[in-house]
Amino acid sequence: MKIAVLVKQVPGSESALPISGEQTWIDEHMVSFVMNPPDNFALEEALLINETEGDGEVVIVSMGPARVQKVIREGLAKGADRGIHLEEDGRIETDPLSIAKRFSSVLKEENFDLILTGLQSDDMGMGQTGILIGELLGMSTATLAMETDVQNGSIRVKRELESGWFQWVKMPLPASISIQSGLNTPRYPSLKGIMGAKKKEVKVVSSGEHQTASKSQSIDKVFVPQTTKQTEVIEGDADAAVTRIVEILKSEIKIL
Amino acid sequence: MEILIVLEDNHGSLHRMSKEAIAGAQKMGGSVSALAIGSNAESLAAELSGTDLTEVITVNHDLVSSYNADGYAEVVKQVVETEGPKTIVAGHSYQTRDFMPRVSAKLDIPFIPDIISMDDGFVKQVLNAKLNASVTTGSGQMILSFQSAAFSEDDIVSGECAPRSFDVDLDSSVVRSQSEEPFQEAAGDVDLESADLIVSVGRGIEKEENVPLAFELAEVLGAEVSASRPVVDSGWVESFRQVGSSGQNVSPKLYFSLGISGAIQHVVGMKGSKNIIAVNKDPDAPIFELADYAVVGDLLEIVPKLIEALQTE
Repeated sequence: MKIAVLVKQVPGSESALPISGEQTWIDEHMVSFVMNPPDNFALEEALLINETEGDGEVVIVSMGPARVQKVIREGLAKGADRGIHLEEDGRIETDPLSIAKRFSSVLKEENFDLILTGLQSDDMGMGQTGILIGELLGMSTATLAMETDVQNGSIRVKRELESGWFQWVKMPLPASISIQSGLNTPRYPSLKGIMGAKKKEVKVVSSGEHQTASKSQSIDKVFVPQTTKQTEVIEGDADAAVTRIVEILKSEIKIL
Repeated sequence: MEILIVLEDNHGSLHRMSKEAIAGAQKMGGSVSALAIGSNAESLAAELSGTDLTEVITVNHDLVSSYNADGYAEVVKQVVETEGPKTIVAGHSYQTRDFMPRVSAKLDIPFIPDIISMDDGFVKQVLNAKLNASVTTGSGQMILSFQSAAFSEDDIVSGECAPRSFDVDLDSSVVRSQSEEPFQEAAGDVDLESADLIVSVGRGIEKEENVPLAFELAEVLGAEVSASRPVVDSGWVESFRQVGSSGQNVSPKLYFSLGISGAIQHVVGMKGSKNIIAVNKDPDAPIFELADYAVVGDLLEIVPKLIEALQTE
């Protein structure tokens, strides 16, 4: 089995998010980046499938500026075999169709049996890149996988539906599947893994080699959400807070 | 046809988010039609007979009698190619997320997902809902999906519409996947969706041993207990109590949130609550944006004292 895991580097949940001068994204200089948390689960699932199936490889694929090599190395340290870095210089691409076309042009010749992605990115939250790629490359697709079961030439996936419902779907390989967070416990890299990662191959594909002319959607501006809600902030010691909460329950929400 | 709404069949009746999508589409203006797919297409169309739509297109074919991504993506593609809507609209449900990107790639039409408002371009939340982004497209056609509760089904304009059957050209080579029957893993006897008062517990509860605090508070208030996904995933609270995009959708008179940060996946399931009290240590927790009462403090200190105070009431 040849498995690709698409990994994105995104601002960490604790990171500062200063809006950039032209207000179309954030100023990256003050941002601390991490591997997109849902992608950790996709990577773990790929490693588990590879361990069960044997005799295959797991390839970390990431698009972005030079900094994304950090998350590629992180994946290699956890046990992936090699990496592909789709280099981006200048503006970060936010258009899902363009992103998918760029990935597809590079992934096509690799002929992966399986492409795994996290369910969505913590930054843009478009939640479609892996499925777009699957369609562009003529693969089977499924989203929100809670369990995977590779069988001869096909994969059975337990999909999460809404309100506590699930469904098993079986599809022929090759397939591109998005993984629901929480389905496994992502491993930590071992010291040996970290040392070994340095020697593994990371192929850099320069941006000129995966350009696409199409530009279908773009961000006009980003801004801090304005709440229309009047929020009463209750701070201070616990006793004062409790007194105020009881008062609210009694005379404002009137449930006591 | 200017706008085509792709409807969703939710166990035999129209999905709540499809109704919200109708309200959103009507607000956009222009001629609005809807598309119902599957063995229930006619009955979904009948549900809309009193709605102000141009028509409801129905597609009923053996290969799409129930939902599968391969078939649905192909059906929507064929309808869009024939009818030529400028805008294709759906609720941002799990099903939409499953097949709509395929439509986008097949037709090379951009898909702007998870829209919360159309007041300033198409606004979606980014960076874990800490910022909003206004997204636009220069494309002549586009696909939009609306976040849960972005629009209200109460705003649907009534009128009339008739169904029209549409013949699709599908053969079995298109539907490569085989879908088994949907099933429920654990069904509890707790009816969160009609609960009046809810105490909801999040990661801020820290340890499984602290979870009974939420149940004690719920008991003195006469409330039900719900939880956010991380708490359910940890196995501390049963999955049928989960609120959010993968759980229940609630709108109680009081949503008393304990240690829930307010990730977007959770918020979509509870933002319709009439009153929200949120306790969280982090003054920047996104849940406070939504709360009527933002209690900044340690729930492990506040909740036991609150239970005590309520017992003496």
